[in-house]
Amino acid sequence: MTKLELATFLSIAALAIGALALHAQTPVAPQTPPEAQSQTHSAAQSPTAEQTQNPPGTSGANITIGATPAAVRQSGEDPAAVARGQEAYASAGCISCHGATAKGTDTATDLVRSPLVEDDTKGELIGPVLSQPHPKNSGTKPNLTDQQISDIAAWLRVQVYGAAMRDTYQYLNIVVGDPQKGEAFFNGAGKCNTCHSVTGDLAGIGSKYAPPQLQGLWISGGANARFGRGLGRGLLTANGGLLADTSPPEITPSTITITVTLEDGQKFTGVPVSYDDFHVAFRDMSGAYHSFDRRGEWPKVEVHNPLQPHWDLLKHLTDDEMHNVTAYLVTLK
Amino acid sequence: MKTRHIALALFIALIPLTILAQSAGVTESMLLNPPPDSWPTHHGDYSARRFSKLKVINDTNVQNLSLDWESRVTGGTPANTTPGRRGAGNVRVAGSPLLVNGMLYFTANDNAWAMDARTGRIMWHWYRESTGPEPVTANKGMGMYGDWIYFITRDNNLVCLDAATGAQRWIQPVADPKQYYFSTMAPIVIKNHVIIGTGGDSLDLSGFLQARDPETGEIQWTHYNTPREGEPGIETWPNEYAAAHGGGGAWVQGAYDPELNLYYYGTANPNPVYAPQSRAGADLYTSSIIAINPDTGKMAWYYQASPHDTHDWDAACDTVLIDGTINGKPRKLLAQASRNGFFFVLDRTNGKKVVAVPFVDTQNWTKGLDTRGQPIPDPAKEPSLGGSLAWPNAGSATNWPPPSFSPQTGLFYVGTGEGYAVFYLTDTDEHPEGYAGIESALGEGPGSIKALDYRTGKVVWRHDWPDGGSAIGLLSTAGNLLFCGNANNLVAFNARNGKILWHAGLLAGPNAPMTFMLDGRQHILVFAGDTAYNFVLNVSAPAKAKAAAKPH
Repeated sequence: MTKLELATFLSIAALAIGALALHAQTPVAPQTPPEAQSQTHSAAQSPTAEQTQNPPGTSGANITIGATPAAVRQSGEDPAAVARGQEAYASAGCISCHGATAKGTDTATDLVRSPLVEDDTKGELIGPVLSQPHPKNSGTKPNLTDQQISDIAAWLRVQVYGAAMRDTYQYLNIVVGDPQKGEAFFNGAGKCNTCHSVTGDLAGIGSKYAPPQLQGLWISGGANARFGRGLGRGLLTANGGLLADTSPPEITPSTITITVTLEDGQKFTGVPVSYDDFHVAFRDMSGAYHSFDRRGEWPKVEVHNPLQPHWDLLKHLTDDEMHNVTAYLVTLK
Repeated sequence: MKTRHIALALFIALIPLTILAQSAGVTESMLLNPPPDSWPTHHGDYSARRFSKLKVINDTNVQNLSLDWESRVTGGTPANTTPGRRGAGNVRVAGSPLLVNGMLYFTANDNAWAMDARTGRIMWHWYRESTGPEPVTANKGMGMYGDWIYFITRDNNLVCLDAATGAQRWIQPVADPKQYYFSTMAPIVIKNHVIIGTGGDSLDLSGFLQARDPETGEIQWTHYNTPREGEPGIETWPNEYAAAHGGGGAWVQGAYDPELNLYYYGTANPNPVYAPQSRAGADLYTSSIIAINPDTGKMAWYYQASPHDTHDWDAACDTVLIDGTINGKPRKLLAQASRNGFFFVLDRTNGKKVVAVPFVDTQNWTKGLDTRGQPIPDPAKEPSLGGSLAWPNAGSATNWPPPSFSPQTGLFYVGTGEGYAVFYLTDTDEHPEGYAGIESALGEGPGSIKALDYRTGKVVWRHDWPDGGSAIGLLSTAGNLLFCGNANNLVAFNARNGKILWHAGLLAGPNAPMTFMLDGRQHILVFAGDTAYNFVLNVSAPAKAKAAAKPH
């Protein structure tokens, strides 16, 4: 066999081997799609974080910043095991070097960022480490029962979960402003009192909402049900309900309405259902549904957004002004 | 026979393998100069312009654009019950398909398909369920080399499939999903490198870009986007530990200039995301635009779009290559409409700033530009206990859906939204972790398509959507057309003046449209949710008869 022939042979052989080496995964048959909505990674995620307010200076149930009660709840871990694990973590002395939330200190590693802890599912990785003499601390062996090891593993997993899952985060005390200055702004430069009254629509608002919610509500105007989301683009959900519902739409002070004028002079006012460059659909004040093509100038569509003053204010509102007004509104019990 | 003869023989034996593998599918010359009947890389070509020279469909006849076929795909069934996993579900083809030899190849998380571009017929479907807690679902798509297809799963596995059958050639782990790494980018094939990257900012990991061998999937090089001890840039972190946990993922595919042999991409935000106290400094090379040698993984230059980012404004948006003229001189440029609201144009030979101006109506986070021409962040707008009101919000002025640049109009097109948020610090620890704060995005304002003069960043025309809008994928063509989506509509604009010329209502919001020629017809193809829509011009009666006479 010449070198060339050998090369050809090997080439064919390699092809055959290559073909055999393909671990062909049979493509699966199309299946029924799941029902859940997909979402993009980068869509602004409005955190459904705990809106409850910690009293200043406390941190509830010994769980400090990091893993909140929501993290314990959502993590799927047994809350009793997590609580026991926290105690064992402290009593075994881990806490003195690795810190109260296991984030580490100058002398010990951050356990939350430890791949071993992150990869653990049921103590199978953390357990063997805790059963051995400590790798750094003079080889001391922590005197832990199997139950305690399992509990500490559960508590550590919650710490990881609580750091990573931002929908478990909890606001700290956000009331940092000066209520007197807030009151002055409310009645002065902010012109809030043009539309609002602290003895009318805002009476007792400080008891109705936790401060983070209150701050969000007052600056945005509280458009729609989603905590203010939708300022200027809440048209699709303005009416809620099914389109077969022909009862008159509910109009609140923040409801966006539109006026549609046809070429023949007919005029409608209502709550928009959809509005783009090609169609406008809405429910009029009696509840009847209308939709029109938009071609050229007609029909004319005017949008009335009662929250426009909020939007305009926000472009100039300083953080001090925002904090001061919030501090003022919090006092309206 | 001596050993070296065997080695030589084996070497020679492998050459035809490579040639065979390439001859029927994607070749290097196809990637460098894509023929009109192909779309062989995520953006159609390496420039990321998303501009097509095709003009069969143009501003005089686009009103005759009609549906040729539509085709719906169904995905595998995710049964992942990891606690807290959010939002993975229905199929949404968010990225861009490839088109090679009349076949479309595309992904939705954990799923891959091949579809006949002439008929919409699904040829094969591959599915593998990801594990891990990160719920991201906007997989950007595939890369192709020879007859092999590459994409990366949500849980960081690089998959290589046979384009003809969908059979799995190999699957290689890239990063640990339980450390909250995720992956979404479409691999980019450059010579014999499959360029991939990872994202993930939930738990202070270290983002990286990697080159893999197209035959074996082995690592050729890894480039971490944050420096280590002794490397330039480490002085912008308090210590190596902070840098090594400093984030800076690479979850959006970049662009490539073959003449300069540089690959360009935008890096993600630093970690902890909203808390500044453990990472004082600029935090290089997070939220940056980076040029890298694809053969070595060595960085050639950087430009930081958001120094010391505390608002989750990754610079992970497209880096668009423009061969333009500034002050009468031809220049090799790179443009990015960045999530922080700034439009950047850089000299892509060296990273020097040419333009850095806001393209949003309202931004309140900067105090001018530094000596490198980078925005200077206002520390007062960092997340705080009482909340800091900042524009734009973390959803950002724009995002990963690709913009477009038309050399014909000289305009850079971008979908943008106005929005603010209150940024709260929730972790005041000396060593905060994860996001360590809450972004309360309270309202999204007006949204528009803006056409920017690349030489100045000035808005030449804008179209404000009646009911808002934000980042959206775009396509411009030599037919003086700009295609994009708004709400559930696919819309065609006159690219020069922003006048709407055509639209079609779809069942969901569309991805970035693509275009190609097949059998003498120009196609506009778009995915909306789980359905592909293929549009062609309505042909006149004689042409139709001719088409019908042609054997299929």
